[in-house]
Amino acid sequence: MTPLLWKDYQKEVPDNHYFFVRSCIRQTFFPGAEAALLDILRNSLGLDIFEDRRHTTCTGIAYHCDLVPLETIMTVIARQLSLMTEAGYRHLLVSCVTSFGIYLEMLDMWQHHPEMLEQTREALWKSTRRTFELPTALVHTSDLIYHLRKPIADRSPHRLVDKSTQRALRVVDHVGCHYAKIFPAGGFGGAEFPSVLSGLAETFGGEMVDYPERRHCCGFGFRHYMLQENRGYSVSNSRIKFESMEAFAPDLILTNCPGCNMFLDRWQYTLAEMSGKTYDGEGKGIPVLSHEELAALMLGRDPWTLGLQMHQVQLEPLLDKIGIAYQARQKYSMVEGVAGVPREPGVLKVSFE
Amino acid sequence: MASLLSQLKDDIRFSEGLSACMNCGICTAVCPAAAYFDYDPRRICQLVQTGEEQELEKLLKGEEIWMCGQCLSCKARCPRGNVPGYLIQSLRKLSQQSGLFIHSSEGRKQIRLKRRIGHSILETGYCVHPLMVEPETHPEQGPVWIWALEQGADLYRRCGSNYYGEGEGGLRKMAPGVLNELEAIFEETGGLRFWEAIERGAEELKLNQES
Repeated sequence: MTPLLWKDYQKEVPDNHYFFVRSCIRQTFFPGAEAALLDILRNSLGLDIFEDRRHTTCTGIAYHCDLVPLETIMTVIARQLSLMTEAGYRHLLVSCVTSFGIYLEMLDMWQHHPEMLEQTREALWKSTRRTFELPTALVHTSDLIYHLRKPIADRSPHRLVDKSTQRALRVVDHVGCHYAKIFPAGGFGGAEFPSVLSGLAETFGGEMVDYPERRHCCGFGFRHYMLQENRGYSVSNSRIKFESMEAFAPDLILTNCPGCNMFLDRWQYTLAEMSGKTYDGEGKGIPVLSHEELAALMLGRDPWTLGLQMHQVQLEPLLDKIGIAYQARQKYSMVEGVAGVPREPGVLKVSFE
Repeated sequence: MASLLSQLKDDIRFSEGLSACMNCGICTAVCPAAAYFDYDPRRICQLVQTGEEQELEKLLKGEEIWMCGQCLSCKARCPRGNVPGYLIQSLRKLSQQSGLFIHSSEGRKQIRLKRRIGHSILETGYCVHPLMVEPETHPEQGPVWIWALEQGADLYRRCGSNYYGEGEGGLRKMAPGVLNELEAIFEETGGLRFWEAIERGAEELKLNQES
């Protein structure tokens, strides 16, 4: 058996100059997360991150619903790369974990089947008159936040510590399956020892909990979530994770995949409505944050500009533990004043006054 | 007409996904779908390796190939480097291309998925966007989602999104030229022909029901 070498689980991440591509799911459910990411990278750290408004969905969700042929998604990816090439960049920064897996898969297939690369170049030229170069670095946004964790922590006024007791907050992570299960060498820690989120939480002073179902899928299942009658698959798999982490009384679930972030938030509400059970013992649920949301909070960004009021499990209990100040009245205020608040769920507690 | 096996072999994911399965069953042991559905990737690998046409046809007409959630946990764990998830992708493609998908209730759901997600790609440039996630069909999204959709642009723009506006940023409206390029790619690479095959299946289904 091939020995496991530590260097096989490391990843080279360039320090600067990225072409950025967005996530359909993150733009839909967590718009503040991508805005905060760009703000941190560009304004807090002074990096060069370029976005071209002509980039589109990678079609990854449709591909994994088996609606898009391989040759088609390959050429859509090639078009994204042509925009990167045109702008003079070779480092690709990807917001979505499904997309990240798609890019890894296409690059792998082109490496092992160079004839497919030539066919893709021909198809892209015929359809759009575009050409492209391959990226020299393929980086998920969680890779870059992990790579920059020390400069971020150095600028942070907060730590992942209960301010009143000085107890390190307990963090459970959930790394999206397509981050490193398909191509382990593409992610920090590979499929076996994922460190991209745990390393971030520990840098901020948190305590990682290695719960039994840490590697289990959140249950997206692509077609299974997209079809209403199949969603039992999705909620059942998230439930396996909640049941597994419950005994460790986590303060926070940390994710790097936009879909996982949404499911681990929303299914807690659904399970509470279905069974009356929450997984925190107090009826409030376990707060869920993505890597950008956590980094933004630690850097002192306003929780409501970050969009945390769009989570169903409320974040105030976590903000209070860390000692992050926020204006409760601003939570639901819009340009023209407060325009109503969300209805209270039947079981999950969402107001704490 | 080419055999089903030879058509499967035309899909690179078939040869990438299955070369020397020894039927150890690790894929089934780690598979979230196998724990939830009556689904067994080990059995499918074994059956496909026999290459028997009648068995392949039954598989392509059946429910089982539609159970996989494509998490690809099987790829990380197979000791022989096989990828049952890739094999499933190649089987699902052939099931739709050949029209056999209409024989299973899970297969027939591809018609709805194609008209929803597939069309969204060419109409908006996104697989998913907020207005697609209607609260009536997404009760699991909770009251916060109803509120978020009611706020719409006010809320999204407060969070830095462009929310269907012209120009830059998240959820920006895609320019017609961008959507034209996407459609040209789908035309050139067989994406639209593939969708026509799904619609032919839908038409056949309709005729069968009428008769």
